[in-house]
Amino acid sequence: MSWEPICALEQLTPERGRAALLPDGTQVALFRTRDDDLFAVENLDPFSNAYVMSRGILGDRAGTPTVASPMYKQVFDLATGECKDAERVRLRTFEVSCRDGVVAVRVPEAVPV
Amino acid sequence: MKRIVVIGDGMVGRHFTTTLREREPGWSVTVLAEENRPAYDRVRLSAYFDGATAADLSLGELDDGVDLRLGEAAVRVDRERHVVHSALSEYPYDALVIATGSYPFVPPIPGTDSPGCFVYRTLDDLEAIRDHAAGVDRGVVVGGGLLGLEAANALRLLGLDTTVVEFAPHLMPAQLDEAGGAVLRGHLEQLGIRIACGTAVAAVTTDAAERQSATPGGGNTEPPRAASGGLRLTTSDGTHLDTGLVVFAAGVRPRDAIGRDSGLAMAERGGITVDDTCLTSDPDVYAIGECAAVDGRCFGLVAPGYAMAEVVVDRLCGGDARFAGADTSTKLKLLGVDVASFGAPDGPLSTNYLDPTEGVYAKLALSDDARTLLGGILVGDTEPYGLLRASVGGPVPARLADLLARAVPDAELPDSAQICSCHAVTKSAITSAIAEGACDVASLGACTKAGSGCGSCVPLLKQLLADSGVSQNKAVCEHFAYSRAELFDIVRCAGITTFSDLIAQHGTGRGCEVCKPVVASILASLDNGHILDGEQAALQDTNDHFLANLQRNGTYSVVPRVPAGEITPEKLITIGAIARDYGLYTKITGAQRIDMFGARVEQLPAIWRRLVDAGFESGHAYGKALRTVKSCVGTTWCRYGVQDSVTLAIDLELRYRGLRSPHKLKSAVSGCARECAEARGKDFGIIATEAGWNLYVGGNGGFTPRHAQLLLSDLDTESLVRYIDRFLMFYVRTADRLQRTAAWLENLDGGLDYLREVIVDDRLGICAELDAAMDRHVASYRDEWSAVLEDPDKLSRFVSFVNAPETPDPSIRFDTSRGQPLPVMLERPRVRAS
Repeated sequence: MSWEPICALEQLTPERGRAALLPDGTQVALFRTRDDDLFAVENLDPFSNAYVMSRGILGDRAGTPTVASPMYKQVFDLATGECKDAERVRLRTFEVSCRDGVVAVRVPEAVPV
Repeated sequence: MKRIVVIGDGMVGRHFTTTLREREPGWSVTVLAEENRPAYDRVRLSAYFDGATAADLSLGELDDGVDLRLGEAAVRVDRERHVVHSALSEYPYDALVIATGSYPFVPPIPGTDSPGCFVYRTLDDLEAIRDHAAGVDRGVVVGGGLLGLEAANALRLLGLDTTVVEFAPHLMPAQLDEAGGAVLRGHLEQLGIRIACGTAVAAVTTDAAERQSATPGGGNTEPPRAASGGLRLTTSDGTHLDTGLVVFAAGVRPRDAIGRDSGLAMAERGGITVDDTCLTSDPDVYAIGECAAVDGRCFGLVAPGYAMAEVVVDRLCGGDARFAGADTSTKLKLLGVDVASFGAPDGPLSTNYLDPTEGVYAKLALSDDARTLLGGILVGDTEPYGLLRASVGGPVPARLADLLARAVPDAELPDSAQICSCHAVTKSAITSAIAEGACDVASLGACTKAGSGCGSCVPLLKQLLADSGVSQNKAVCEHFAYSRAELFDIVRCAGITTFSDLIAQHGTGRGCEVCKPVVASILASLDNGHILDGEQAALQDTNDHFLANLQRNGTYSVVPRVPAGEITPEKLITIGAIARDYGLYTKITGAQRIDMFGARVEQLPAIWRRLVDAGFESGHAYGKALRTVKSCVGTTWCRYGVQDSVTLAIDLELRYRGLRSPHKLKSAVSGCARECAEARGKDFGIIATEAGWNLYVGGNGGFTPRHAQLLLSDLDTESLVRYIDRFLMFYVRTADRLQRTAAWLENLDGGLDYLREVIVDDRLGICAELDAAMDRHVASYRDEWSAVLEDPDKLSRFVSFVNAPETPDPSIRFDTSRGQPLPVMLERPRVRAS
């Protein structure tokens, strides 16, 4: 596993997301909450099959940070990726960190082909 | 194996054939059809003039096992030999089914065979009418019943100045009484159709015939009737009607000649006599549909014909079905007017309801003790039809006025009614979820998915919750214990300008996808700058966040404002050039604009740049905001227009553009009562009168279509605009989340009258404030696209990837179809939304 630097923290608007492209082509949705917590989940919305999760609205369900898909509005737990509106649906999650104002996502090592 | 011969491939004949094929696929079936086309939907015939093609009306293909002989009429039945003859061949049968239907009645007067005279029965008739109509400008329909009014609609759709002549004293004499006929007449006259009731036609003459008879004596000094198209109808009282085309649609007669010629027993008033198994006087010959007479009576409707077809199939297969008589109740839309009659509309007692302003008439026929509903008539509003028809023979379910005022909520929705069409959730699924403890819209959504799609059924869900006795929690979501209207007042009165302040002082938690857009809309309605300024940007739904409409593949569509649908050739070319350069799919929208699809987020600013440079601005197609004010061409071009609808529509669209509201807002202006702009299907619609403008409010298309209701009549332009200002502001302030004007009006205590008191009589003393709020809105309007183009910070969000701003999203790909790009979906979604 390695850390892939993505962008400066100030490029992320509080309470909003941005999409990022990992070296292996995976699309990640990065979110910054208003308390400056950072989350990363895959950008693919499993209900519409479009890469749009980064454009969802942030919020909480009973205190748990969430994002709602902008397409059909299903709500996902940002920390676990679990869908709150459908059983057994889960977004892949990524570790994310911020050091010296740089946001980085932890990605699996490239597997030699 | 039995050999079945069917004479006729009309709707009833076809229903017989397909039902029989399903039940007994092994038998040999031959169908002799006089027309050259296979069965089509005769009930919807006039849709042919409203854009439907012959293929749209087709009832489909028969399977290969049926020998369908198109254009081969049966001419004779040899009952002894069990053979049907056509001009080409003969067909032996074990059982014969006659389904020849009926023919149009043409009154026995001179001249009905003149060129330009038609009947209204087959697609060929309609084609002939259409061809002839191209050369004339006036048409007359003889007959003011169901068929006649269908024909009148057809002529109207063909652009003819149309007159209906009816022999009876009022329209639809078979279904309606005099008062109902009068209300219907009012509706039709509003559409510009002339009606002459109590009038018989005595003769049809042509110019040529008239000249011949006039010339020898030389006494006829009338000028030639060039414009009319050459036909003259003379009525029994001696008056004349000059026209280019006449359609006889004065009823039908059973087409029973083949039965008569082959010696079958006939009913006195026409029709082949059958018993309640549809058997004729010959034990191997059946007759069904309009050519058959049960107890001496023919049925001119399709439903009894279908029932007869099913009886005969069952009998042939050894069953014991019987034709139990027919319910001749009908509910239909004639020229946009709802008309229904059910049961026996005459009885010893009756209760009536008449509202001439709204054009609504209703009558219930009751038993002499007033306890049993016998039947009734509804004109202009047929909402209670289902409930009333089901109540015939029992007690009246509610007061007529209450039924019409919808004061009996939801009573007529059956359990099987689909409430949420996004997720196909029925009423019974919702009521059982409520019984199991769901107590608000959110929990209903969690267990049934209802309301979680487009959200348009949310008001119905609330209604069902209320009907089930669940106390209404008006809270928008778990973060605010207030309704949208209450939040609006809090924000306005406390002068709050940010979501964080609002939730810190009046809510809990962080907010969510429900309350954030609500508050964003409230802040925008109160003119708090650009919707992407500061913290507001984080509240917006993706459409508002990117000022474009999210499409299913993650791209966006762009709709520039085209006020009132008026656009210069230069601007059309600009749109075409942009769409071509960016590979966008273009489509004309239902609101007289052009939508460009398939733009990636990083392309949006460049597309706007070119649009803005060419003088365009955002059309707010993405927002819960005013969309368009549609218009007809009005007096500018139209021969019939009475006011300048285009100028008014442009003025209104520019005045209210950018106004954020609880739901999208649509409007239209029609330049005359013909209503080409469909203003009554809008949140606020304006229809020109000779004296000024009529203002209608509370209409919409969409999930539950509603006709707007007349709020004020004959207004001058200045008053019209002032009342619309107040109507809109009052709605924006007091409506629920995603509540359209129709539902808002319905829930407004006191309804339309109360609305008038508030915005005309200023009963609440708030008019000055509503006016000032609208003035502020108008003064502070700025194009949302231009504002982004001028702001590098806002612009920086318009990239697909924050770490690769130059890289377009590789998942987005297009195919070409019909000369345009269409999205390629990568694969089926991993999970289904329902």
